[in-house]
Amino acid sequence: MTQTLTRRQAFEARQRRRATTLAVGSTVAVLVALVVLIPLAPGWEAVKRSFFNAEVFAKTFPGLLNAFVLDVAIFAWCAPLIALLGLAVALMRDIRNPALYPLRLLAILYTDVFRGLPVILVIYLIGFGIPGLGLPRPWNSPYIWGSLALILVYAAYVAEVIRSGIESVHQSQRSAALSLGLSPSDAMRFVVLPQAIRRVVPANMNLFIALQKDVALLSFIGPVEIFRQAGVYKSLMANFTPYVGAAIIFLCLTIPATRYADYLMNRQRKARS
Amino acid sequence: MVLRLENIQKSFGSNVVLDGIDLEIGKGQMVCLIGASGSGKSTLLRCMNLLEPIDDGAIWLDGQDISEPGLDPQPVRRRIGMVFQSFNLFPHMTAAENVMLAPRRTKGLSRDALNAPVSALFERFGLADRMDHYPDQLSGGQQQRVAIVRALAMEPEVMLFDEITSALDPELVGEVLDVLRALRMQGMTMVLATHEMGFARELADLVCFLDNGRILEAGTPSQIFETPEQDRTKSFLSRVL
Ligand SMILES: Nc1ncnc2c1ncn2[C@@H]1O[C@H](COP(=O)(O)OP(=O)(O)OP(=O)(O)O)[C@@H](O)[C@H]1O
Ligand SMILES: [Mg+2]
Repeated sequence: MTQTLTRRQAFEARQRRRATTLAVGSTVAVLVALVVLIPLAPGWEAVKRSFFNAEVFAKTFPGLLNAFVLDVAIFAWCAPLIALLGLAVALMRDIRNPALYPLRLLAILYTDVFRGLPVILVIYLIGFGIPGLGLPRPWNSPYIWGSLALILVYAAYVAEVIRSGIESVHQSQRSAALSLGLSPSDAMRFVVLPQAIRRVVPANMNLFIALQKDVALLSFIGPVEIFRQAGVYKSLMANFTPYVGAAIIFLCLTIPATRYADYLMNRQRKARS
Repeated sequence: MVLRLENIQKSFGSNVVLDGIDLEIGKGQMVCLIGASGSGKSTLLRCMNLLEPIDDGAIWLDGQDISEPGLDPQPVRRRIGMVFQSFNLFPHMTAAENVMLAPRRTKGLSRDALNAPVSALFERFGLADRMDHYPDQLSGGQQQRVAIVRALAMEPEVMLFDEITSALDPELVGEVLDVLRALRMQGMTMVLATHEMGFARELADLVCFLDNGRILEAGTPSQIFETPEQDRTKSFLSRVL
């Protein structure tokens, strides 16, 4: 297709070419500087040997990948429970019925407490504390209590996100639903909540990406997931390369997920403007 | 008498918005509320639909006091439909789903059972080919007509319209007014807050001029538009006509 450009289009095309050239040029310059300069550092040989050892990497990578399956499994059973609990807590905070006021209070207390604590502290307290009660198998499993700790913490965040979504749906939608004779709970369930949840999908995705990373914290109370497995390899081989392998495995999952969440977020922003 | 308002009082904080409204609406009548912005038209309609509780006075629907504090508002709202200036269609549902939601939930009717009557409604208002469209795929006029159909699907005895043409492009106002005209001919009892003076003049049984939360003057269209008695009515009309 031979189309003559308007003056404006020609100008913009020139600008774009210029910007691309500059961006590529500066990126290459920075990369070259890194590649040339880092090996000049006095400790580089030692770091290379203990962190970027190809032989160790090849030997440990399959084992790490195997251990990562456990991370994914823990994530897979925590995620739906977090979504359910988060939704329940978000709805509890909207309760108007005075007889159910304690539930509302509980929901507020719950979100405040679990958003106010470091995840690792909750994992320690619940993961060591509850099995310490001397429960019989399988109820002393760190899998159960570690997962519970993650669920409690993350559901508190998800609840807050969903609540912000509920508040972002304009009051007129609720008015319209009520004016048709729908009950307040039907107005919430069929009109407000579906819109609210759609709006907070990107924010929740970011939370679930953080959760996937925090699964590694369970290694502190027992489960041999990828981070702990990397630690085992490190001790066996006196080499830190397994940690780099674990990092690569995490990134392979989290970077595409983060990009996708950003894409959704941008698309929503555009749709709304 | 379908609806009777008796000394309605309503304040938001210290802002007195309705200050003793008395109004009787007979079966099949069309009553138009006119008045400056902020005079309380929307608030009055929202009170009649029990979306806002009134502070004092009473609202009688067929001999029942529906303003009784603590009364369950849902059965009343099913008998009084309301259409809003900003359409307020549910954006995540198709036009047909918008219309079916309330009958499904409140009357326990299935989608299958509703299909025929709802299709007939869409047909009647020239929307047959728009049933499966989402609100953002419809023009403003079409959205507002769907909103009217949605309220009608509950088979209300009274319809309240709150400036339903104010958010529309001028060329789309006509198609929505045509719907109101058709409802009028059919004998629907209607209360409209409106800035469409020509329309009120043509079709209203009663025109009420609201000013600072009071009905300053009420009468037939010719009384209000041709021989208004109050100075404030005159000056309002001279500004809008
Ligand atoms: N929910 C509310 N909270 C507080 N004040 C309100 C609320 N709704 C309405 N008001 C106030 O009540 C007064 C009357 O508002 P209303 O919307 O009934 O006027 P209106 O006659 O419909 O005006 P318009 O022609 O602009 O729609 C205004 O002063 C408004 O600020
Ligand atoms: Mg208004």
